[in-house]
Amino acid sequence: MAQDIALELPQGVRYALIGPNGAGKTTLMNLMTGMLAPDSGQIFLGGEEITALRPDTRVRKGLARTFQINTLFPQLSALESVTLAVLERNGDAHNWWRGLPRFGAAIDEAQAILDSLKIPSTKETRELAYGQQRLLEIALALATRPRVLLLDEPAAGVPKDESAALFDAIAGLSRELTILFIEHDMDVVFRFATRIIVMVGGRILVEGAPDEIARDARVREVYLGKAHA
Amino acid sequence: MENANRHFREKVRWRWLEIAFWLCTLLPFVVTPNYLSLASQIAITALFALSLDLILGYAGIVSLGHAAFFGVGAYTAGLLAKHYLGEPLTGLVAAAIAAGIMGYAMSHIVVRFRHLALIMLTLGLGLLLHEAANSASALTGGADGLQGVRVGTLFGFKFDMFGRTAYAYSLAVLFVCFLVCRRIIHSPFGLALRGIRENATRMPAIGAPSRAHLRKAYTIAAVIAGIAGALLTHTTSTVSLEVLSFQRSADVLVILILGGAGRLYGGIIGAVIYMVARDQFSGINPQYWYFWIGLLLVAVVMFLPNGILGGLARFFPRKA
Repeated sequence: MAQDIALELPQGVRYALIGPNGAGKTTLMNLMTGMLAPDSGQIFLGGEEITALRPDTRVRKGLARTFQINTLFPQLSALESVTLAVLERNGDAHNWWRGLPRFGAAIDEAQAILDSLKIPSTKETRELAYGQQRLLEIALALATRPRVLLLDEPAAGVPKDESAALFDAIAGLSRELTILFIEHDMDVVFRFATRIIVMVGGRILVEGAPDEIARDARVREVYLGKAHA
Repeated sequence: MENANRHFREKVRWRWLEIAFWLCTLLPFVVTPNYLSLASQIAITALFALSLDLILGYAGIVSLGHAAFFGVGAYTAGLLAKHYLGEPLTGLVAAAIAAGIMGYAMSHIVVRFRHLALIMLTLGLGLLLHEAANSASALTGGADGLQGVRVGTLFGFKFDMFGRTAYAYSLAVLFVCFLVCRRIIHSPFGLALRGIRENATRMPAIGAPSRAHLRKAYTIAAVIAGIAGALLTHTTSTVSLEVLSFQRSADVLVILILGGAGRLYGGIIGAVIYMVARDQFSGINPQYWYFWIGLLLVAVVMFLPNGILGGLARFFPRKA
């Protein structure tokens, strides 16, 4: 659950969304992406209200997300998966009379995204290593050319030494892009976030720069205090 | 980037085995000229199964009422030939349009559901149509079937009692429809369908309007099923109520599962095995031939989860 949320995400900012389990972080993400409908309130994207729009429409308007648990296409190759996302974005996915090889620009774009994240492109998704599958989650979102990218625990299940590489890849994404990520590892949060949002019990406790959050007594009490005890 | 494109070209390329397969479909003319009527029935059933494969194998829509479109096509062709015009190709087009309109209308309901609800829904709609055709006996002939269907000549060829024209006609239409399906599967739309089958949750998250895709797939499948129904009318000069029966919907599902769903040739292979088995087993014991089909179905589902074709594919691995 999540309630009384007032949040503004300016362009280019790297937000970390933190909070104890059950704080409503994923719920907030589901509300933003339209996978859940809010009982009240409004959501805007770049000045345009999107509260009533379907999830896929929101994606086409530039709001993409990834999933905490891999939500991929097991029997499609990585290249097919990302090409599909590109084709959905540029409106060619409805085309049923031309062969895929003729969509060279979309295929090249997909290949470039996969190369930039160092994902092997021709293997079937289910044959990729787990860490590569986590990267493919991000590649699929990037292929939609988002303005706002929501990452739900992008490094979930990835060993700590590999998660740094994964966040380096995220940090290397375009500065035009607004990113909001849910993450439990405080080292990662304080290294990559430019702003931090702390949620507790379905509400936003505080939002601020990392050093403000680190000094905040309430945060220490309800969250960091417990985590670092 | 050339490599990336090759990844897709490789999948679209015609394989020798495919070409050999289609050449083999011409063999009945020479090898079993007494069985051309059966061969034509097989081609029609294969086309019907191909249509189901498009929605079940590729888009993941399970249907227990697919005979609805087959039946609409069969009756459209039959009524047209009886009352107005016996020319077969016009009948095919009319049947395709009628089935397509119905498929498009039904797709708006069907794509909203999944799993058990979807199966029951398609089953219910199929039964509704069957009973509607039964009660509208003034139009359809009801349980007696539609009598007096006069099918004209096809490019000057009559539908003879040996089934030469019938098989040539059915096979040609099957091949053309197969080419269309093959093109669809290898198009961006086909990739989107596979995406829906692979992970329906992810599709909206990459901006895909899944329901619009599914409506289109369902409509195309209905069109092809309608064409298959019209073929049956043209090659048998009659339409029985059976074209809309639950049995026909169930049989085509069995055929597709036997052959292997989601691989284009599965329905065709399944139709060959099923129809030949029915012909042979019912010769031995007309009452209990379904016993063997049941046994085969159980064995295939237990040991070859991807159907007979999926089992065979292990021996013919694709070059990477």
